[in-house]
Amino acid sequence: MIKSLDPRVTRDQIELNNQIAPLQELDQWETYEVFHQKKRGDQHMHVGIVHAPNPEMALLFGKEQYGRRGITANIWVVKTANVFASEYEDQDIFETVPEKQYREAGGYKVMEKINKYKKEKKA
Amino acid sequence: MYGNAYIDPNEKPKSIIDGEDPIKLAEFEARIARGEKIEPKDWMPREYRKQLIRMIEQHAHSEIIGALPEGTWITRAPGFKRKLALMAKVQDEVGHAQLLYSAAETLGKSREAMINDLITGKSKYSNVFNYPAFTWADACIIAWLIDAGAIINQVANAKGSYGPYCRALDRICTEESFHLKYGHDNVVTLATGTATQRKMVQEALNRWWPPIMHFFGPSDKISNHTEILMRWKVKMATNDDMRQQFLNMYVPKIWDLGLTVPDTLLKKNDETNKWEYTEPDWDEFKRVINGDGPCNAERLAVRRNAEERGRWVREALNTSQSKYIVPLA
Repeated sequence: MIKSLDPRVTRDQIELNNQIAPLQELDQWETYEVFHQKKRGDQHMHVGIVHAPNPEMALLFGKEQYGRRGITANIWVVKTANVFASEYEDQDIFETVPEKQYREAGGYKVMEKINKYKKEKKA
Repeated sequence: MYGNAYIDPNEKPKSIIDGEDPIKLAEFEARIARGEKIEPKDWMPREYRKQLIRMIEQHAHSEIIGALPEGTWITRAPGFKRKLALMAKVQDEVGHAQLLYSAAETLGKSREAMINDLITGKSKYSNVFNYPAFTWADACIIAWLIDAGAIINQVANAKGSYGPYCRALDRICTEESFHLKYGHDNVVTLATGTATQRKMVQEALNRWWPPIMHFFGPSDKISNHTEILMRWKVKMATNDDMRQQFLNMYVPKIWDLGLTVPDTLLKKNDETNKWEYTEPDWDEFKRVINGDGPCNAERLAVRRNAEERGRWVREALNTSQSKYIVPLA
């Protein structure tokens, strides 16, 4: 029996050589992705995962893990298996976006045209 | 809190990039050189994956085992406020273990496999936690100086190249700022208290100084191996650099309280701007890390006990529909 400096350990009457069977696959359950909303009006942000046997417990663990500090308005949990994600390998599918100036306000030089028109009209 | 990546200086100096695809390796290194992070499904060299799993896993184990010496004093913390704070700190450490296990999992080692390697003694954890916390003052020194060392290490590693580890460390560092402040406050209370309190904290500091000096690991042999790991931003600073940084930040604070450091050779060399100290006993370090420390057996037995006694609850909650998928990030 362990005689520990920690009275809780001593009370537990633990054998020093307590061999146990190894943990089997899924002993720690599957994982849920956790999304945290700091305050009402904010977006939910992905903050990490928890291991849990069901969504209710995933919420409980999510609260302990990601909501025990600071402020929290709301959390979501989603089974990792249910998330569909794009591949980093295919990042080139986003490559043309910065070229699409016609999608940006800055792509339209209205004032330049107006000023040019006014200048020409005066002259 | 934590310890440090320990690269065995006796490891065979084989080339760690043997057999890697040179084109993919060049792309990988270019990405890191541009300051971009590596994400779980990216191609990575075998040795990068292996070292990161080892490092992050050891870090996770250190958090969970580190909760034991600190937890020793929860029942007898002096006063309700300190008891609340210590419980909160210990809960944080266990939470940090969960964050780190999750980061390591994204590299392909399951949490079950990591826990199995911990409880059989195959995986290591920070050596400092194989030492006992004899008095309340020991718990205070741990909370201040071990956490201080850990933060130096973690702040450095948070600038590393592996996305999930960096994200976990950012969250950990934020939470740990309270630990350091709490530890300092406790040490200051004792050091500015009665003669008995001062004696108590000085004795705890004397006991913890050698493990603190061991904390960052032996001097790195500047090998090809270390150089590559630093280029890959797996290792962010040499062990000696981190030890110097720790001494620079904390020795003055210790002296400021009128406490002494039990090393007569400890002084800052004004010319080199480096601290000089008695070389730590690395034989003891090796002996303890390999299992022969004052608390190794107890720590692992307590951990096995917790796994075993919680097993029926975990099994009862398990459903046959569950299917394990590696977490995304």
